[in-house]
Amino acid sequence: MNNLPKLPLADWIDKFVAWLTQFTGFFNGLTNFIGAINSTFQFIFDLLPIWLFMIIVIGVTYFVNRKHQRWSLLIFELLGMLFIWNLDFWRDMTQTLSLVLTSSLIALVIGIPLGILMAKSNIAKVILEPILDFMQTMPAFVYLIPAVALFGIGMVPGIVASVIFAMPPTVRMTNMGIRDVPSDLIEVADSYGSTEWQKLIKVQLPLARNSLMAGINQSMMLSLSMVVIASMIGAMGLGTKVYFAVGRNDAGNGFTAGLAIVILAIIMDRLTQSLIKQREN
Amino acid sequence: MTAKVEVRNLTKIFGNRSNAAGELLLKGTSKQEILKKTGATVGVDRANFQVEDGEIFVIMGLSGSGKSTLIRMINRLIEPTHGDIFIDGENLTKLDKKALRETRRTKMGMVFQDFGLLPNRTVIQNVEYGLEIRGVSKEERYDKARKSLSKVGIDGYDDQYPDQLSGGMQQRVALARALANGPEILLMDEAFSALDPLNRTEMQDQLIDLQEDLNKTIIFISHDLNEALKLGDHIMIMRDGEVVQTGTPEEILTQPANDYVEAFIENVDRSKVLTASNVMIRPVMINIDKQGPRTALKQMRDNEVSNGYVVNNKRELIGVVDATDMIELIRSKSTDMKSIVKTDIPKTDVDTPVSDIMDDISTSTIPFAVTNDKNQLQGIIVRGAVLGVLSGMEVSDFE
Repeated sequence: MNNLPKLPLADWIDKFVAWLTQFTGFFNGLTNFIGAINSTFQFIFDLLPIWLFMIIVIGVTYFVNRKHQRWSLLIFELLGMLFIWNLDFWRDMTQTLSLVLTSSLIALVIGIPLGILMAKSNIAKVILEPILDFMQTMPAFVYLIPAVALFGIGMVPGIVASVIFAMPPTVRMTNMGIRDVPSDLIEVADSYGSTEWQKLIKVQLPLARNSLMAGINQSMMLSLSMVVIASMIGAMGLGTKVYFAVGRNDAGNGFTAGLAIVILAIIMDRLTQSLIKQREN
Repeated sequence: MTAKVEVRNLTKIFGNRSNAAGELLLKGTSKQEILKKTGATVGVDRANFQVEDGEIFVIMGLSGSGKSTLIRMINRLIEPTHGDIFIDGENLTKLDKKALRETRRTKMGMVFQDFGLLPNRTVIQNVEYGLEIRGVSKEERYDKARKSLSKVGIDGYDDQYPDQLSGGMQQRVALARALANGPEILLMDEAFSALDPLNRTEMQDQLIDLQEDLNKTIIFISHDLNEALKLGDHIMIMRDGEVVQTGTPEEILTQPANDYVEAFIENVDRSKVLTASNVMIRPVMINIDKQGPRTALKQMRDNEVSNGYVVNNKRELIGVVDATDMIELIRSKSTDMKSIVKTDIPKTDVDTPVSDIMDDISTSTIPFAVTNDKNQLQGIIVRGAVLGVLSGMEVSDFE
């Protein structure tokens, strides 16, 4: 029945990736750059004594929630971090945190301008929307293959794969936030003679703030969900522990490392959520 | 009189085929037909009007009449399809983006129906917005914003956020924001429509007070005829994107251009708009410097009235004489009319609104004398005529 020749799609993609690998200089530079960001985070976390790290996290949470204090969250954070420290996952946790922060930062730096572009231009919206759908629904494992080809083994390809997987919410939510600014406020900005830039900075972005923060929160959570997958190509951290435990059929260590990821996720989520709620109170 | 704003043939057609629709419109095709043939909607159809410097010009119409589109074309928030807008003789439709922005920044301020305050900014920051984007220094814009807020009576709320204020106060802040820029022209789009009736009246009064010393050129959109009549120096009535009638409030009330306007003004509280001059009738006037008792009495008999209004050569009001007193005077062979003139009579100025003197008219036993600012007799007000005019009849029916 299937007499048609098989489409050589796989060949084309292979050729495309092979073609990309000839730009070694560019990809090496990019690898170094991303690696440097990640190492900077890691360097800072390694420098901080554990007790000081805990105080900073709890202090920031306290400050962010100062108008409406959430004591249960503070206690959870303290117990959670003590738990990670007690199980000797501290260094792994900071490695994972560095990876998540680096990929979130990159997702943000690329995603917010893309979101703005998408909000301002309907053509950009039509082009970007299917690309974002593709990025989000393509199984994340698949990204690992070209990532390794282009960026080698280690933290950086893991970060790149995380960025691709985690960026769409930031783009979408930025776009949505800006488009949802009430039209009468846009009229106000225009009627007073704002330039496009002033309108964006003084009216649209501040009013899109909550939606933007929600997007960043989503991106962070998604990149955290990538850590185990990224560990398959050598990204160090809690993910590696889980990955090894799977290989050894070691339920105990697998679950404890998994629990550490959950704790990290909850702390990061609640902290960014608090930032969103801050102005509402 | 100079025209501050002049609008010529201003037309807005919404839809993709606005050019084709425009041509059909010029040929006199009806709007329904244009919609059928081209799918384009005519928002405003060739509006022409002039707004004089320092007046309040009210554009009136029901929703869908194109008034909001029209006001947005004046500062080009909506781009006109055809036509010209002149401000101080400069054609706004020919300006490039930069020049337009400059005009919006310095010449015009706009107040919106739903206030349009930025929720992420405090009251003072909202008022500073226009100055901020012009690059005015921090101190100067604070200073100007503060003064502007004081002008509209909002003190002590500088650091509150808009959602902490009542609707009336929010709209005052929005007005202060428009004034802070020092614009010559204020565009007010249904500015008071979202307020409750009490607040609305208060804001209308405040605007009238403010206008006394500001002397801005104000284009005010309203769907409330009472509001239009109260505020407007001139009123333009729109229907289905067309201008139906333009005139002073009095002209609109007394000479409605067609049935539509007539139906519109039917429910108006006329007593607030009409002044003494609108309801007065011609009195029997006796010139004390020329006439004797006999001619005066004859004049009263001929006109079948019992009272005559006595004036001097300059038509200045002296008082009232009663026909019975006059007969007495003639019987006693005296010619001294002055002795029987009652000088203590009710009188009012020509510009007094009827609503202000309503109560006095209904209790007074003799008609009110209406005088101008030189005390010259202009007419008298009889009870029947007032009631008749308020119910929509012509004052001439009572003479």
